[in-house]
Amino acid sequence: MPTGDTLQASSGTGDTVWVERDPFIDRIPRPIAISILVFGVVALWWIVTRLAIVSPIILPSPAETGADLVFVGSNLTSGGYVLDAFITTTLTVIYAFLIAVGLGFCLGTLVGETKFGERAVMPILVAIDTMPKVAFAPLFIAWLGFGISSKVALAAFIATFPVVVSTAAGLYAATENERFLFKSMGASRLQTLIRLKLPTGLPYVFTGLKIAAVGVMAGAITGEFLGGGKGVGALIRVSASQLDTPRVFSLIIYLSFLGLAMFMFVVWVQRTFVFWNKPDKIGGVG
Amino acid sequence: MYSIERLTKVYSRNQLRAIDDVNLVLGRGEFASVIGPSGCGKSTLLKVMAGLIPPTSGRVVLEQQPVMGPRADIGMMFQQATLLPWKTTIENVVLPIEVRRGRAAARDATARARELLELVGLGEATDVYPGELSGGMAQRAAICRMLITNPAVLLLDEPFSALDELTRDFMNMEFQRICMERHATAFLVTHSIPEAVILSDRIYVMQANPGRIADVVEIGLPRPRTLDMINTARFGEVVSQIRAKLDREGFL
Repeated sequence: MPTGDTLQASSGTGDTVWVERDPFIDRIPRPIAISILVFGVVALWWIVTRLAIVSPIILPSPAETGADLVFVGSNLTSGGYVLDAFITTTLTVIYAFLIAVGLGFCLGTLVGETKFGERAVMPILVAIDTMPKVAFAPLFIAWLGFGISSKVALAAFIATFPVVVSTAAGLYAATENERFLFKSMGASRLQTLIRLKLPTGLPYVFTGLKIAAVGVMAGAITGEFLGGGKGVGALIRVSASQLDTPRVFSLIIYLSFLGLAMFMFVVWVQRTFVFWNKPDKIGGVG
Repeated sequence: MYSIERLTKVYSRNQLRAIDDVNLVLGRGEFASVIGPSGCGKSTLLKVMAGLIPPTSGRVVLEQQPVMGPRADIGMMFQQATLLPWKTTIENVVLPIEVRRGRAAARDATARARELLELVGLGEATDVYPGELSGGMAQRAAICRMLITNPAVLLLDEPFSALDELTRDFMNMEFQRICMERHATAFLVTHSIPEAVILSDRIYVMQANPGRIADVVEIGLPRPRTLDMINTARFGEVVSQIRAKLDREGFL
């Protein structure tokens, strides 16, 4: 049996049938490919801790982390304090995302549709965006207190700008001829915006929403690091100060599920509502 | 009657005289083409005629009414089909009605849209999205969208130049048939000499810097035109006459 890119020709007269085969690495199905990679990483991790190359305080063994994952998992399902922390952080992230999307979309439309927005609003937004936004955290705490609202503000502040930029860029996506078509049909500015420019720009807007979905997570956790409160960020900080590294690891892993859920939600909305656009995707995401 | 009188367009940005003192008259049911090198202002001329951009001086008059802005009785077609990908073929065809007169009017127009789509051989494709249409099919849908408002004049900006040669010949013949059936007045911008000759009653040859009409050629081939006429002596004569005119300008 030939392997690789070989051909198999029948002798004599008749058909020359040949088969093209992908190399082995391209033929592994996704579940197996992911399993191989995860297993490899965990094995390497296990070897590093087993050989005691690094202190267990810096890098706990996979077994310790696994045990803690189970503990945190059971706490999450039985309604313990970890669940409360996750609910707090999830709410922070959702509120911040909604604010970032609403504010970003309105500002983006202003920037992309009007010369005033392009000339006056955009430069100021760029100036604000170049500031280290985390440095605003003490201000938000001073203004809004140690509760959830200061974290929501910081997370929304971080995530708004990508939505503004992507919405504004999306409004430029309609071609000149498409604009002329709408003009020739006697469309008003509002009609052109709603029926042509916004739908054409939706794939761009969703790119911004994906960045924002990741950004609000970072913003919420940063806010909880700096401002305390009841969220997962505060929990991580406490665990780290107690040198409970396995707990830090397992909390981060559960947080990544939350981030992934946010991201996949945006991807799902995009697939449903922007059905005509097949986004360039790598590995079924994005 | 569609008349263009002393039309001049100067772009203030760079003081470019895109078109300079253009005069032409189209009678009802006439098919005219304008041909010229890139940058001779033929697309600008078409946009001024459509009321999409204002002229610097001169005027455009259609059916005794000066053209001052987009009008429902002027239909336009572009090099790209510019169908909206989130609307089905038939929804795209009724879009001009929907924009001008609302959703209810658009619903009432679907029967007519279906007839038009059948006329161009797209009866089976009314409910598919443009992503599934070939280039030629998409342009046929764009023809229907242009015709749905029953315009008095059709303005065509290189409508078939993005299509392959075979599809293009076919589309030209289709388009001639549609124009003859509807007795439509049409004005075509192109840079294909054979295409202009096979479709037109008259061809305006434009030259650049400033954009102006350098020559007018009456074709005088009988209608309906067929692709076989490309081999006739008269066709060759007209083509070489236009080519000579364009060569004199020099494609530097």
